[in-house]
Amino acid sequence: MSVQVNTKQAEALGGDVQKQAVQGADIFIQSLQNEGVEMIFGYPGGAVLPIYDALYKNPIPHILARHEQGAIHAAEGYARVSGKTGVVIATSGPGATNLVTGIADAMMDSLPLVVFTGQVASAVIGTDAFQEADIVGITQPITKHNYQVKDVNDLPRIIHEAFHIASTGRPGPVLVDIPKNVSNEVFTMAEVKQTEVNLPGYQPTTTPNFLQIQKVAQAIQKAEKPLVLAGAGVLHAKASEELTTFIEQTGLPVTNTLLGLGTIHGEHEQFLGMAGMHGTYAANMAICECDLLINFGARFDDRLTGNLEHFAPNAQVIHIDIDPAEIGKNVPTDIPIVADAKEALQALLKLGIKTDGIEQWSNHLNSMKEEYPLHYKREEEGILPQEAIELLHKHTGGDAIVTTDVGQHQMWAAQYYKFNHPDHWVTSGGLGTMGFGFPAAIGAQLAKPKETVIAITGDGGFQMTLQELSLLQESQIPVKVVILNNQCLGMVRQWQQTFYQERYSQSLMPSQPDFVKLAEAYDLEGYKVTSLDEADEVFEKAMNSNKPVLIDCRVKQIENVYPMVAPGKGLHEMLGVK
Amino acid sequence: MMKRVITTTVINQSGVLNRVTGLLMKRQFNIESITVGHTEQPGISKMTFVVHVEDQRKLEQLLKQLQKQIDVLKVNDISDKAIVTRELALIKVLSPPAVRSEITSIIEPFRATVIDMSKNVITVQVTGDPEKVEAFIDLVRPYGIKEMTRTGATAFVRENQKTPSQQLSIL
Repeated sequence: MSVQVNTKQAEALGGDVQKQAVQGADIFIQSLQNEGVEMIFGYPGGAVLPIYDALYKNPIPHILARHEQGAIHAAEGYARVSGKTGVVIATSGPGATNLVTGIADAMMDSLPLVVFTGQVASAVIGTDAFQEADIVGITQPITKHNYQVKDVNDLPRIIHEAFHIASTGRPGPVLVDIPKNVSNEVFTMAEVKQTEVNLPGYQPTTTPNFLQIQKVAQAIQKAEKPLVLAGAGVLHAKASEELTTFIEQTGLPVTNTLLGLGTIHGEHEQFLGMAGMHGTYAANMAICECDLLINFGARFDDRLTGNLEHFAPNAQVIHIDIDPAEIGKNVPTDIPIVADAKEALQALLKLGIKTDGIEQWSNHLNSMKEEYPLHYKREEEGILPQEAIELLHKHTGGDAIVTTDVGQHQMWAAQYYKFNHPDHWVTSGGLGTMGFGFPAAIGAQLAKPKETVIAITGDGGFQMTLQELSLLQESQIPVKVVILNNQCLGMVRQWQQTFYQERYSQSLMPSQPDFVKLAEAYDLEGYKVTSLDEADEVFEKAMNSNKPVLIDCRVKQIENVYPMVAPGKGLHEMLGVK
Repeated sequence: MMKRVITTTVINQSGVLNRVTGLLMKRQFNIESITVGHTEQPGISKMTFVVHVEDQRKLEQLLKQLQKQIDVLKVNDISDKAIVTRELALIKVLSPPAVRSEITSIIEPFRATVIDMSKNVITVQVTGDPEKVEAFIDLVRPYGIKEMTRTGATAFVRENQKTPSQQLSIL
């Protein structure tokens, strides 16, 4: 343990100098090292000065974002692709409140984060002190759990618990609020040792009930029209290999939620594409027609199910989820299983389940896949956003890590970028956060330095967090930013066109910066492409470059995402099917 | 709408009451009453809520969401069990000398007690299950209630369960 011993202060406290007098902030750093933290995303400020001072002495690599929101989205991207817990530090008050969007985003998409916020000194908490905000109160409904450290002696235990809670069971964000006097406090203690976590109220179930697993096997054998739905739970459990084996062993057709993309190869013959509001015809009709729906780690979100009255009306539903509260929340479940997706799949694989007589069903689904594929109408000039995604796929071979914000570009990326690998798709699903994709790409790139990372954003979302271009410049992080620039908020505009008689209220943004010049201002390579040939050429160059690149890709403004299930409609009522 | 009595055992951390009520608010559950207090174990508190829920599914969701809280150790829906429920109410009733003995005659069968008295007002303490408290309030209301406060129900499962209790299918 290498902490500075402040003898004077320790003596003043009557401490045993020989024993090691340390500051709360040193204990903080040591606790992070014990948890194996590789990097911290953060932004300094008054209440975290002691922590940043300790960081100066004991360097864990720190990524200095230009806005706390950028820091936390980067930590989310890091967590999503690496499977490790993302660590964020911000100061009290505005620093902490700037994290709120990211915390809510991580909560909705079950990303493991431990977020540390500074707090004003204990003595002035509750007095509306300078830069004071009740961040524990503010984040209570959007964290898996949160803490305020009241006594420096509790700090190692709380940090250890925070990492445990964030990364086990259903992952999620945990916030630890540290008053400045706690990180400043000098005290004596033996070396920080990791103790056993003692949380009697938190005992997640990961092993499936064997009787329930047997029921699943029987149901699969009996079913004539079975279907597997795989969600992000499979990715969190690192079980995409088991899922693929299970699918191939049984011959079951499979569909994904938005966040589940990558659990199975995007071009696998049994894969029907994504289901839901902008899902494929084959996937949505499979849900409507199936007689057995096996859900691995998806939470039946409304963007997936559409109108619940019409969701899988003929199906017996099996729901395997690590969070018991998700089972039966939206869709009545016939066979509930609380388990980790990997353990459930392993148990199912052991049974060697074989399906019987589902060829007719598979053929039916395959013919729907062939007859009603995703489609768009090519045009003579300009670039269609769908074509841009297909070009990106072509130049990366489906191997890239892709991040997005929310909206049209997100849906086109989900539809047209066929992922070869799990954990290569980083998107804001549940919360639908604009400005998420670009900083998330930075975190993803830092976690996987050798992979190609593309941030596909819209012109609207990019302008929400573009200040993080500084990070690309500073550390030459080779993220490829591709702005699908339609000079409007595409999805808002699409809904206004479809449901509000083309009253484009505040959704058109004709005035915007020159993104190429913006890149140049940050000393980065920037390109503007307006034709397919240009795009082809620039994408090829950019995807093979080891430098950061920004591409302003001009796409057609009035172009809609199809197919589409209008809000309140059932999955069988799709618009814009070929 | 179903009225349910739910008890939770919680770790007595600061903010735990806030966590639980915040959760109920976030998930749009309607609390009729809530009581909190220490238990026989140090550091462990017990909360009793009376809530209104739409149906069985909503109820199951409520129990599961409560159970998910890190500081919540145990959640029980005791509505269908044999239970004892008690509530305390303090009521200031207008009682000019002319009607005072009339009011006292109401108080007696309810085994309520007069705990304060002034020229025109008496303060009555009544305990019992919420229905009894309700009935008492209805009877004294015509005389004029000046002020009232109720604690909300707290409840215990009886040692001897005669009726078989309904089990929820939570795995």
